[in-house]
Amino acid sequence: MSGTHAGFILAAYGLAVLVVVVLFVRIVLDGRSQRRQLAELEARGVRRRSARPSQGESA
Amino acid sequence: MRWIDYANPTRFLGLSATLLPWIAGATALTFAVGLWLVFFVAPADYQQGETVKIMYIHVPFAWLSMFCYVMMAGSAFGTLVWRHPLADVSAKCAAPIGAAFTFLALATGSLWGKPMWGTWWVWDARLTSVLVLFIMYLGLIALQETIEDPARAAKASAILTLVGVINIPIIKFSVDWWNTLHQPASVFRAGGSTISTSMLVPLLIMAAAFTGLFVVLHLMAMRNEILRRRIRSMRMIEAAGAE
Repeated sequence: MSGTHAGFILAAYGLAVLVVVVLFVRIVLDGRSQRRQLAELEARGVRRRSARPSQGESA
Repeated sequence: MRWIDYANPTRFLGLSATLLPWIAGATALTFAVGLWLVFFVAPADYQQGETVKIMYIHVPFAWLSMFCYVMMAGSAFGTLVWRHPLADVSAKCAAPIGAAFTFLALATGSLWGKPMWGTWWVWDARLTSVLVLFIMYLGLIALQETIEDPARAAKASAILTLVGVINIPIIKFSVDWWNTLHQPASVFRAGGSTISTSMLVPLLIMAAAFTGLFVVLHLMAMRNEILRRRIRSMRMIEAAGAE
């Protein structure tokens, strides 16, 4: 892959890798943040309605 | 269990956790095969030379930019008609990925256009309609972020998504309806593909790899959004309990 157009090819692939990596890292960091916040709420004893034990059921 | 039962967010989280490593592995393998074919096997084009290598990423990004929007329109329909619990989550999480892929379709097309057409950009029907698609993605993201109540945001963005779906056939058929600098369809067309098998196979493998990447990113983002909504409802319960 040589010649005057090599720079265009490298720029296209480089830009694609950069944007996909940024997108991936953003989603991974968001996932970590959500799991941490969920764990903090659960540690404080907060439960969703659907996760609470039903009437007559022991906690 | 019927497939619709996976509309339950808890079941979806379980199923996606099982499937994600397999889809990610298959995607990585497909990328390895595709990139090896692109850089070491596929021949240079007789007119474009090595610059044809840009097409192996430009075309999948362009296909997926439209596929993503059609999928969002299906999700929008599910949100408005059936109030499917995961439909809005799906549409909301697909928008940033669709925007990124559309941006890359425009940018890689521009990087191909400069050496081949002698210009970075022309206001022809295909390029302009794809730019409109990119702006629509940004508009949908802005709308979803502006309205705080998820139910209202879902309804508003679903309506806007369905209105905007008219742009998809315009993009697809723009090269047939108008005289454009952008070349007409050469893969999915009546009469079969006009591309040599030595180039078509790497292109389809790269398209499969990028589709796998889209599915992986989308599932990961959907899992995050489900957790975000759980956190929101738990915070409301906590706030109500504190009053």
